[in-house]
Amino acid sequence: MQVTYLVKRLNPERERSPRFEQFSLEVGEYDSVLDGLIKVREELDGSLALRCSCRAAICGSCAMRVNGEPRLMCKTRVRDVAEDGQVKVEPIGNLPVLKDLVVDMGPFWEKVRAVKPWLEPPPEKPEREYLAPNEAMREVVGALACVMCGACVSNCTVWEVDPNFLGPAALAKAHRFVADPRNSDNAERLKQLGEYTGIWDCTHCFYCVQACPKDVAPMERILALRREAIAHGYTNHNGVRHSDSFAQSVKQSGSLNEGRLAVESQGYLNLPALLGLLPVGLRALRAGKMPSPFHHKRPGAAHVKRIFEKVEGPRS
Amino acid sequence: MKYAWYPGCVSQGGCPELYTSMAKVCSVLGIELEELKGAACTGAGVLTERNPELADTLNARTFAMAEQVGAPLLTNCSTCQGVMSQANAKLQADAKYRARVNGHLAAEGLEYKGTAVVKHLLWALVEDYGLDNFKAKVVRPLAGLKAAPFYGCYILRPTKALGIDETPARRRYLELLIAACGAEPVDYDGKFKCCGFPILTMNEKNSVNMVGTHTLDAKGHGAHCMVTPCPLCHLNLDGYQIKAAGMKGQQINIPILHLPQLLGLALGLSAKELRLNHHIISTQAVTALAKA
Repeated sequence: MQVTYLVKRLNPERERSPRFEQFSLEVGEYDSVLDGLIKVREELDGSLALRCSCRAAICGSCAMRVNGEPRLMCKTRVRDVAEDGQVKVEPIGNLPVLKDLVVDMGPFWEKVRAVKPWLEPPPEKPEREYLAPNEAMREVVGALACVMCGACVSNCTVWEVDPNFLGPAALAKAHRFVADPRNSDNAERLKQLGEYTGIWDCTHCFYCVQACPKDVAPMERILALRREAIAHGYTNHNGVRHSDSFAQSVKQSGSLNEGRLAVESQGYLNLPALLGLLPVGLRALRAGKMPSPFHHKRPGAAHVKRIFEKVEGPRS
Repeated sequence: MKYAWYPGCVSQGGCPELYTSMAKVCSVLGIELEELKGAACTGAGVLTERNPELADTLNARTFAMAEQVGAPLLTNCSTCQGVMSQANAKLQADAKYRARVNGHLAAEGLEYKGTAVVKHLLWALVEDYGLDNFKAKVVRPLAGLKAAPFYGCYILRPTKALGIDETPARRRYLELLIAACGAEPVDYDGKFKCCGFPILTMNEKNSVNMVGTHTLDAKGHGAHCMVTPCPLCHLNLDGYQIKAAGMKGQQINIPILHLPQLLGLALGLSAKELRLNHHIISTQAVTALAKA
């Protein structure tokens, strides 16, 4: 089939801003987007810079954005993504472009190194090998599938506004060790992961889940790390207070009490933060949008409460 | 045409203008709504994060109520749509899990049979009502208005549970409806991104930065207003826009309309009926255009 590739190009030595270049080419029915890019490089423009190696979705080097979505180019068929015969290829986002479709993975690896990507076994050595139950390893295997391609980081909405955020790949890697029963320093790891730039900064946007070519579902692992952190007693955090207040409000009334949630997330004794809420509160009041301080129970609230008690158990 | 209406917590709390405009617009379009007054909060992802089975049970309860009404569920919130779509996908695919969840519902005599259909107004209008039928009701085409769509994460991802893998056009419905109102949809980078609301209490700086980035992006592309099917996005983009302007050191002042408010203007409802005067960022730029 005949397609047009719109390729985002940049040669930082000569240009300040990127431009799109158009290439018309013939691709086979089962060709990947990568096959087409290699054809462009070999037959149409030898100066096109791109990274690839295994061509079998194992090495993780050909992550790029096709029509805005981050994917592995070797695992994406042209016919599945072409829109009106057009395929738009850009480098993955959130990382500095070195040339054309090649990005600097430096900041990516920096984050992975920051989460201590190795196992800390307990000091006492076992008689033979370290044993781990099958069930526990099943959880870990999912994260082990990560090929470090950077697709999840590409459209991360938090990284975009705060490059200090550890990001989905590194946090999924962190979970791989926290979930490993042979690891011995979870308390220390979780304390560190709960700080600024860590697990509580994720905004739940699902971009990384959608982007991952290996179904690692990084966001789900970040949420699992939050549960682990709470189980280890790291509860002095707005994220934990927010979750607790949310659950209490639904449990007691069947619905969310937004006013109470805003205050309780900060903590009743956190005066500076509560004062910080005032301007927004006053604006909402003036616009007639302030939720009523008298939160009514929904009909059937008693049943909702019974469901909470039954499913959550006495802890709630 | 009848739906079991799930208004959600925010349209009954921080965004009363959404509840009113949704009810009015459906009435003008002749869509019958039976409100599920006793339905509980979906958990907005927060309860799923704490305890997936708890959140799925609360949503199964809502689905069972809709089955009793005998009509599809209608939401006016991207977040409710996403959480319910994900819960429904799980409950429909796994009969054993559904039976377990139904065990928690038995005390109230409820059982979810697995047949619920959940649709946001955005999807229902395009897929059930029909764009041509909608256009036939437009009495005040919003010519000259440039509106930037802002979808909200939960109605976009994950695409499998949301049925977007089968119906990719769901990622373009807002543009279609904006055009059906006679206005011009504005394309810009931010339309599929996060408004920042979920981390507002955890990292206000990043959250407000997102508000500033997307509102300025929309404005920079010539939009007079933004339109969202998600009241949580509205709360952040409207409520924290003044703070974002301070952070970015630039004036922003771009009104954030709920989807039914935009539709209502085109359908001839007044600004007051749509409670467009209940916003933090003034909507006058939009209502003036609608009057002209």
